[in-house]
Amino acid sequence: MASPTEAFGDSVELDVLVLDAADQIEHVALGFYSDGDGGPMKDLRFNWLLRTLFLGAPAFLCGCNAIVLDPQGPIGIADKTILVDSLAIMLAIGVPTIIATFAFAWWFRASNAKAAYMPDFAYSGRIELIVWSIPLLVIMLLGGVAWIGSHDLDPAKPLASDTPPLEIQGVSLDWKWLFIYPGQGVASVNQLVVPAGVPIHFSLTSASVMNAFFIPQLGSMIYTMNGMTTQLNLQADNPGTFLGLSSHYSGDGFSDMHFDVQAMPAERFAAWVNATRHTGTTLDDGSYAALAKQSANVSPFTLGAVESGLFQKIVTQQLPPGPGPQAALSGPNLSSPFATAHGVTPIPYTMVNNAQRMEH
Amino acid sequence: MFGKLTWAAIPLDQPIPLVAGALVGVVIVGVLAWITLKGWLPYLWQDWITSVDHKRIGIMYILLAMVMLLRGFIDALMMRSQQALAFHSEGYLPPDHYDQIFSAHGTLMIFFVAMPFVIGLMNLVVPLQLGIRDVAFPTLNSVSLWLTATGALLVNISLVVGEFARTGWLPFPPLSEITYSPGVGVDYYLWALQISGVGTLLTGVNFVTTVLKLHAPGMTYMRMPIFCWTTLATNLLIVAAFPILTATLAMLLLDRYLGFHFFTNEAGGNMMMFMNLIWAWGHPEVYILILPAFGVFSEVISTFSGKPLFGYRSMVMATMAICMLSFMVWLHHFFTMGAGADVNAIFGIASMIIAVPTGVKVFNWLFTMYGGRIVYSTPILWSIGFMVTFVIGGMTGVLLAVPPADFMLHNSLFLVAHFHNVIIGGVLFGAFAGYTFWFPKAFGFRLHEGLGKAAFWCWIVGFYVAFMPLYVLGLMGMTRRMQHYDVAAWQPWLLIAAVGAAVILVGIILQVVQLAVSIRRREELRDVTGDPWNGRSLEWATSSPPPVFNFAVLPRVEGRDTYWTMKQRVRQQGGLSEEPVYADIEMPRNSATGFVCAFFATFLGFALIWHIWWLVALAVLGAYATFVVFAWRDRSEYIIPADVVARIDRANRSARGEALVHVEAAS
Repeated sequence: MASPTEAFGDSVELDVLVLDAADQIEHVALGFYSDGDGGPMKDLRFNWLLRTLFLGAPAFLCGCNAIVLDPQGPIGIADKTILVDSLAIMLAIGVPTIIATFAFAWWFRASNAKAAYMPDFAYSGRIELIVWSIPLLVIMLLGGVAWIGSHDLDPAKPLASDTPPLEIQGVSLDWKWLFIYPGQGVASVNQLVVPAGVPIHFSLTSASVMNAFFIPQLGSMIYTMNGMTTQLNLQADNPGTFLGLSSHYSGDGFSDMHFDVQAMPAERFAAWVNATRHTGTTLDDGSYAALAKQSANVSPFTLGAVESGLFQKIVTQQLPPGPGPQAALSGPNLSSPFATAHGVTPIPYTMVNNAQRMEH
Repeated sequence: MFGKLTWAAIPLDQPIPLVAGALVGVVIVGVLAWITLKGWLPYLWQDWITSVDHKRIGIMYILLAMVMLLRGFIDALMMRSQQALAFHSEGYLPPDHYDQIFSAHGTLMIFFVAMPFVIGLMNLVVPLQLGIRDVAFPTLNSVSLWLTATGALLVNISLVVGEFARTGWLPFPPLSEITYSPGVGVDYYLWALQISGVGTLLTGVNFVTTVLKLHAPGMTYMRMPIFCWTTLATNLLIVAAFPILTATLAMLLLDRYLGFHFFTNEAGGNMMMFMNLIWAWGHPEVYILILPAFGVFSEVISTFSGKPLFGYRSMVMATMAICMLSFMVWLHHFFTMGAGADVNAIFGIASMIIAVPTGVKVFNWLFTMYGGRIVYSTPILWSIGFMVTFVIGGMTGVLLAVPPADFMLHNSLFLVAHFHNVIIGGVLFGAFAGYTFWFPKAFGFRLHEGLGKAAFWCWIVGFYVAFMPLYVLGLMGMTRRMQHYDVAAWQPWLLIAAVGAAVILVGIILQVVQLAVSIRRREELRDVTGDPWNGRSLEWATSSPPPVFNFAVLPRVEGRDTYWTMKQRVRQQGGLSEEPVYADIEMPRNSATGFVCAFFATFLGFALIWHIWWLVALAVLGAYATFVVFAWRDRSEYIIPADVVARIDRANRSARGEALVHVEAAS
């Protein structure tokens, strides 16, 4: 079986990406790829330090690229706020409880002659009232946070913005991500290019097994399931490169189901679309069928044209679900490395990233 | 002839499972040879394998759990070392092997470590605490044990014959469907769980009946020790939840074996239904495990503080509230599936509400210690370690119950850290506390204290070093089940976690050494009185180990903390009360039904996995015949004459009388 990359000819659009990435690197907010210049990062880390200490979160989280705590879009920021607030509410009760445990355990040790021994102290209405009401009050407060948060941050809820949202259709395949830009008529595999400051409406499905679509710095994750569409609204506030990944285990090639999200200014995004359009293969029924076969370690590439309504065909199963393992993979005794079994040259995806970085 | 089974099923090209399998084989053959040469086979058969004595069944359950803990922990070490190495590298475990390891790790730890451990403790202790002679259905109890062992055996056979599931510890379709998992791995998982699930359900029936119906005279519900209450709650949950598991897995089996479409992509199958069903069992399962541990901690904290449990009624209410609520929160395991805001919010809040009774329990343990005289033995160390660790795990759990927070942390290593935090810090610490606490009751001598404490410190330090980095990694966006990764910043934390696992390894080695040393020095550690910890409930009122009939005369119960009150009365009146009038005791006869039935069940499972249909038929026939033989038995009980009872009890009474006089003299 030929690898999907081969099936699409040598149309891998790395050059465009590399050029873009060179400009983007200045804007990489977090230093997720820590090879980057540390200037702006240091400031951010210092900010974290202040914020996390202030909020009482464990100080050791600073400087360790805790991307979940460094959101780059409105949903991510709101998710994080709820996360930190809820933690703070609970620490207010959890920390005293832990301290009290140590204090009681130490003071009432058998060897402490000063501690009063009350062998019959087994009931106190007042204490009972307090021990039931403290957790109850905390949960009422947190329950309010959960109720409001669930409604405000429902993944399907459109973002409030003056800019109309960009539509992107995402498909999880075994084991790579396909992103279709229906309005632009282009598509990409294992890379997601989005305009910064523009709300994005994702319609997501799966070609085979369940996965979850997750860009930690932009916010909420959501499952992808065959025969169904899930909705997700996200936005990147500023240009940057972020980690995207599948966060629901989906089989042997799962570890490679991650992708770079490149947020770029709107005009650069338009330039990217133009450069991509009409270069490389068309995504149609035939090329989709090739793509749907199992393969891992697939290098990012783009598709210059997309047959209209393809996503609908996947969702409604007019295009059949992914075929699963080929003969070589089936059976109990799986001895050969899976990548070679699929005819995919096992050049690690990461090497591609390294190459990009080295060019800077 | 042998269905799908061929020589290709033996992974001759994979050294790790092969060497491990060979090693296990050598150990099993060695032990069997040793037992045979020593002439212990009849003893093993009569006194253990066919025993229907709840105490022996409990001990065998715990032994099974401890052996499987070793296997599951080796899996854990392999996962931690793989992830520590696998930055920009394939590590040493290819994906198809690594995926089996994390699936087997979860399956073993939940079904064949945590479950048998808590069920073993319930078996050992509950009839003693209730002041009765056995559980309601002793032979059924033996069937439960051996069917659980069958499940564990099947999972371990998959190490060398075929493969285990590569789908995670819960086989989510469509990945677990025949299209995407054509191998026998998922079938091993399904049949192992179906067979052991029957055993677990029978345990549930047995213990609900026992706790509800069998009591010593005067042992009303509100006088039962709290461990009996948590046992009742757990077994009610088993009876209600395990049929859901069995039905769900049966549907997946129908999909895989007969081309049904319950959960497939095609023909109207719905994978979301599997998610809902499996968690409708899976969430109660969490409480099935933790409630007995709560019971253990309640007993231990109260005993070693020298006080009754604070807020007994609150504790009972909290236990039963958790029992009810645990069925109403399953959706929080998949907030990210795209349900609407109302659904997510309601299940989020419902999940938080469970934190209320749980919080009450923590506070009640705190106030049990308040005003106590805490003796720092190993069991109380596990309990205090639990209280601190569990509060942290509870907080991260409530955090994950807030849907928007879960949207960021679901399936990440933060989640992995959370459930290990509550399962290790809660269930396992509880199991170890109970193991140390009741060991002298089971065997008549205590475990070595120093080694026990050393093991505790290794476990707790190792736990924090191994799992706190996983919280951090979750916040760094690392998702679970990754065989390799390309993010440099993750590696240092994974290295720290691997060090933590190594520290836990030292703890486990110390526990093994502790057991060996304690057996060697059993004479100095001997518990002659039957009451080594100055206990409060009825299990301490009989000798250690108890006679087969537990109590020569069923005790009369006049309040909570029955044995504590009895001891006070003895001290006041300056000696034991008058010798009771002994009568003949009727006890259930041993039965090979459980073992033989499980023997056939093992072949049944294996044959179904490999499509060896003639063997399926034979095994079903064999198992059925076993039941027919059992049903037609002529005698199910035997009599222990009154004079034998009297002789055994007098020895116990004299030792106990002396000890009580000593205590009086000292105080």
